[in-house]
Amino acid sequence: MPAPRGLSLLGSLALIVVIIGVSAAAFAYTAGWFSPRRLTPDKLVAAFAPPAGPSLGHRRNHAKGICFTGVFAANGAGSELSRAQVFARGQYPVVGRFNLGTPDADAADATVRVRGLSISIATPDGQEWRSAMINPPVFTVSTPRAFYELLRASHSQDPNAMSAFAAAHPEFATFAAWAKNGPWTGSYAEERYNGLNSFVFIDGSGTERVVRWSLLPAAQPVAVSSDELAKRGPDFLEREIAQRVASAPQRWTMWVTVANPGDPTADPTRAWPADRRTIEVGTLVAEHVQAEPDGPCRDINFDPTVLPFGIRTSDDPFPAARSAAYAKSYDLRTAEAKDYPRTATGTKP
Amino acid sequence: MIGRRIRFTASQRVLHWLMAACILAMLFIGVGMVSTVRPTYLTLVSIHKPLGIAILVLVLIRLALRLRYGAPALPADLPWPMKLAAEGSHYALYALMIAMPLIGWGMLSAAAYPVVLFGGWHLPPILPQSDSLHTLLWDAHFYLAFAFFALILLHVAGALFHALVRRDGVFQAMASVLPAEEAAPAE
Repeated sequence: MPAPRGLSLLGSLALIVVIIGVSAAAFAYTAGWFSPRRLTPDKLVAAFAPPAGPSLGHRRNHAKGICFTGVFAANGAGSELSRAQVFARGQYPVVGRFNLGTPDADAADATVRVRGLSISIATPDGQEWRSAMINPPVFTVSTPRAFYELLRASHSQDPNAMSAFAAAHPEFATFAAWAKNGPWTGSYAEERYNGLNSFVFIDGSGTERVVRWSLLPAAQPVAVSSDELAKRGPDFLEREIAQRVASAPQRWTMWVTVANPGDPTADPTRAWPADRRTIEVGTLVAEHVQAEPDGPCRDINFDPTVLPFGIRTSDDPFPAARSAAYAKSYDLRTAEAKDYPRTATGTKP
Repeated sequence: MIGRRIRFTASQRVLHWLMAACILAMLFIGVGMVSTVRPTYLTLVSIHKPLGIAILVLVLIRLALRLRYGAPALPADLPWPMKLAAEGSHYALYALMIAMPLIGWGMLSAAAYPVVLFGGWHLPPILPQSDSLHTLLWDAHFYLAFAFFALILLHVAGALFHALVRRDGVFQAMASVLPAEEAAPAE
């Protein structure tokens, strides 16, 4: 063995302690233990909870919902934009969920402004496309950090918190105007659902295009005031869609809009100009509605970053934040499954 | 061949250091990704999954090499508590190297997430969707990751103790890049 080169026993032990200490500190730093300001999935998810606490066993947002199954009938036109098999002409099975943008699983339907539709489409090549869309035309804010602040302001005891938030985030005005003046309908089937976040489609030759997508209802929307909706009972949307789909499958056409260079692809509060190239790529058909407690959508995390080969995330920061938060929500609710029994036919526990 | 090997074989040493880099990266990526909602989250997750499977493949090769070639004997004068700690921690390290990727894969399966490797490559689920299994495996993956890192720190401390304090050739058995003759201890 080489002779000791000036490193005493004490010096050697000190060196070992320093190396181990620095390694442990680097690990703790990476885990965020020294960064109290870092926006973690835990913090973001906790910020959704109403003062009374979250609905245990349920999704931490969009907590109230009902499952459906059906198909996505691709017309083949989307293959020009993406090599994903889901756009090749054909029919692919869908598990979906109609839902309300609320952390309260028992919220009355007429009290919730944002309605959503989530889908998971499976293709024979083993790929899967999950997407969760909502009915407002634009998103609330431009960044996940601002969204966290919005959640905090909306649950704040300070009566001026929301006006202060709106003043600090002028981009919130477009959403707020829709929330205030946009039409309400009496049915999930009459809503248009917008992806809002941008993604990148990759075609067969490797060309990439930034896109957004929307589902346009085949049913004619009929505007109904929220006061009128309140009279229909707390669960009228679920009852209505179950009856409606039982009498006839409900359809939405999927439209993909391609951004022009320079369009705001990273900011879901900014709609793209109406003249952008838009392609109808297929039809979503809801064929059967099932209650959520034992329904097929219950166990699915509609993580918008579960994408088939041929679609990837863009510079929009939300899909990543949603993926991180949805995973946390999934971890929490699956650990609380006993609080949300899988009853036979969806009777509320 | 030779009666008493003083070092691990070249293939064992290469695998050890390759896996050391992979596993450290894996642990840092793991704690980093679950603590952020920034776009790096997706990048880290997309590395974490295939890297975990790569570690699973590598550790199986490594286990086969270990069973085939064994390990150099520890110094005869090593106090028995250190010997016990050395042997016990190595069993634990092997167990974690094999278990962690399987737990991760099982956890994703139990949550009905597709296990995406590269591009269009997927792995099949190894478990059915299950709330209780997912919770169990998620907890195991989380807490064992910290145990794994602690064990690695202990392993590094032990290795440095052999290298700097005892200078007994145990560190060189894995660390040395020199041909075997030159690396033989002088004593």
